[in-house]
Amino acid sequence: MSMDRRQFLKVAGISTIFGLGGAPVINWLRNDGLEASHVLTDEKALIGKHWAMVIDMSRFETEEDYRRVIHACHSIHNVPNLDNPKDAVKWIWTDTYHHTFPGQENEYIPEEIKHKPFILLCNHCQNPPCVRVCPTKATFKRKDGIVMMDQHRCIGCRFCMAGCPFGARSFNYKDPRPFIKEENKEYPTRTIGVVEKCTFCFERLAKGLIPACVEASQNAAKEAGKEPGMFFGDLEDPASEVRKVLSTRYSIRRKQELGTQPSVFYIIGGGKNA
Amino acid sequence: MLEKALVGSRRYWTWVFFLSAIVAIGFINYLFQFKNGLGITGMSRDVSWGLYIGQFTFLVGVAASAVMLVIPYYLHDFKKFGKIVILGEFLAVASVTMCISFIFVDLGQPMRVLNVILHPTPNSILFWDMIVLNGYLFLNIVIGWVTLSSDRKGVKPPSWIKSLIYLSIPWAFSIHTVTAFLYAGLPGRHFWLSAIMAARFLASAFAGGPALLIILALIVRKLTKFDPGREPIQALGKIVTYAMIANVFFLGLEFFTAFYSQIPGHTHPFKYLYAGLEGHGKLVPLMWASTVLAIISLILLVVPQWRRSERILAFACGALFVSLWIDKGFGLVVGGFIPNPFEGVTEYWPTLRETFIALGVWALGFLVLTLLYKIAVSVREETEGIEIEH
Repeated sequence: MSMDRRQFLKVAGISTIFGLGGAPVINWLRNDGLEASHVLTDEKALIGKHWAMVIDMSRFETEEDYRRVIHACHSIHNVPNLDNPKDAVKWIWTDTYHHTFPGQENEYIPEEIKHKPFILLCNHCQNPPCVRVCPTKATFKRKDGIVMMDQHRCIGCRFCMAGCPFGARSFNYKDPRPFIKEENKEYPTRTIGVVEKCTFCFERLAKGLIPACVEASQNAAKEAGKEPGMFFGDLEDPASEVRKVLSTRYSIRRKQELGTQPSVFYIIGGGKNA
Repeated sequence: MLEKALVGSRRYWTWVFFLSAIVAIGFINYLFQFKNGLGITGMSRDVSWGLYIGQFTFLVGVAASAVMLVIPYYLHDFKKFGKIVILGEFLAVASVTMCISFIFVDLGQPMRVLNVILHPTPNSILFWDMIVLNGYLFLNIVIGWVTLSSDRKGVKPPSWIKSLIYLSIPWAFSIHTVTAFLYAGLPGRHFWLSAIMAARFLASAFAGGPALLIILALIVRKLTKFDPGREPIQALGKIVTYAMIANVFFLGLEFFTAFYSQIPGHTHPFKYLYAGLEGHGKLVPLMWASTVLAIISLILLVVPQWRRSERILAFACGALFVSLWIDKGFGLVVGGFIPNPFEGVTEYWPTLRETFIALGVWALGFLVLTLLYKIAVSVREETEGIEIEH
């Protein structure tokens, strides 16, 4: 078969288009592609089926109680400290009752609760809208319930930020590195143009440690001889700390009506008997 | 046919270089954004989409509007649209080019854009948006090019093009439906969580797109020897009128649901946009400008005697286009983020650099449009007086 230049270019062009589009199809058929969710496990690693957190707000009394848990997280995860709220990056932070539980407020609740700061972080929803909307699977749900981020795959479209009903996600509007006070070399810093958030300290769980915020809260409580304000454990394990707390104390979750199934539970407390 | 874009009057080249200069200014600003991040825009942790995604959303509508020429011509044998269908198809090409560019400039990590193809994720609406937008671009380039080159040779276009043309009809609806689904499926964003979102998008698209087309057709008549004809323009005017009525009606439905139910979350964004919330009201003047322009354009369009005057029609179409641009290219996206998930108000306003980048993309689109229209008009001028049939 002879072919002139024009025909050759046509065939070559069409083949190229099909070739480009075909690669993912072939990968999918071969099904040996490495997903971002594939990780190597350590012997000491804490293994769970559904990691969850309980925050007992009645145990947060002084400013130091809040600062301690936020600092524990932000210092080890190289969370930049940008002053302006526009570009802010937050993994764990505080806000008022009204802002934490919009729609739940009424003006007659105790003054103490009205003005009390509440601890906020990613809810690690069991039905996470951020995962549903991400066009590259850069954010995904692990088998243990943690909603993770792959910052090398994120294209920075910020669809997850629009999808998250909890405002848990931050975008690196600026290069975060100059705003990290003291860099922790054990944990990666991020680049401009990607989204980040709390990861339930997946890197600590892999080494057999509980999340840094919970550890900070529990250590301080032990020192002071008090009950801790934060608990972490496996919801599927009836003997876990979180299950024990949840079966004895009344708890609520943020925006339950949206059906995202948050894994962070709040005990509001309030009175002295709480 | 490309060579037709390479010869032209002094005026043509001045316009091309003018647009190129704006593209260049936009590009320089984009390089700055590329280096320093999206922090140079007005977007924030709370309002994480802004002018770029607003323009993208608006222009998807302009692109989809080509179908308003294709349906009457190919499905209802409305012969009068024969000569101007090409204007709609090429407008679609230019619009989708802008859409894709606006998505691109909005990305935090643009160099990774191919991850969307490398890691295809069918549960993400953005994945489908990529497919339908690129498909629509491809369809309109092929259809426009093939039919125009047949016209030029004075032959009937190949029969296979018919199947692509028929395919392009549902495809046009799909691009705007999928774009509406980007918004309408998000839990916790009350303003967007509305079943009528896609219908509203389509109505505003079929008003705004053909309105722009009328203006473009009038400009083409004024500047070239090709006359799109009075009747097609009048027919388009009717389409614009009906679509705009539907659009305003749908917006009214949103207002009713929000304010009769009085569910706070549903009313807040409307209050923010039209009255201001907690002392914040940056968008209020804009939204009222949009409302006033919509009313003026509707009055002028609904009265047949006024609509028949091409000067009034052109003015009405201009007012309508600006009204929809404010409503969809700005208010719809920003309003969805205000108040934020904590019921706090963080306002948004684009920065100067962001505006230059957006202008650059618009100029790029108009450059594509100019070149394509130059080709189409040159062919029409050559074949003047010859009846064509597709």
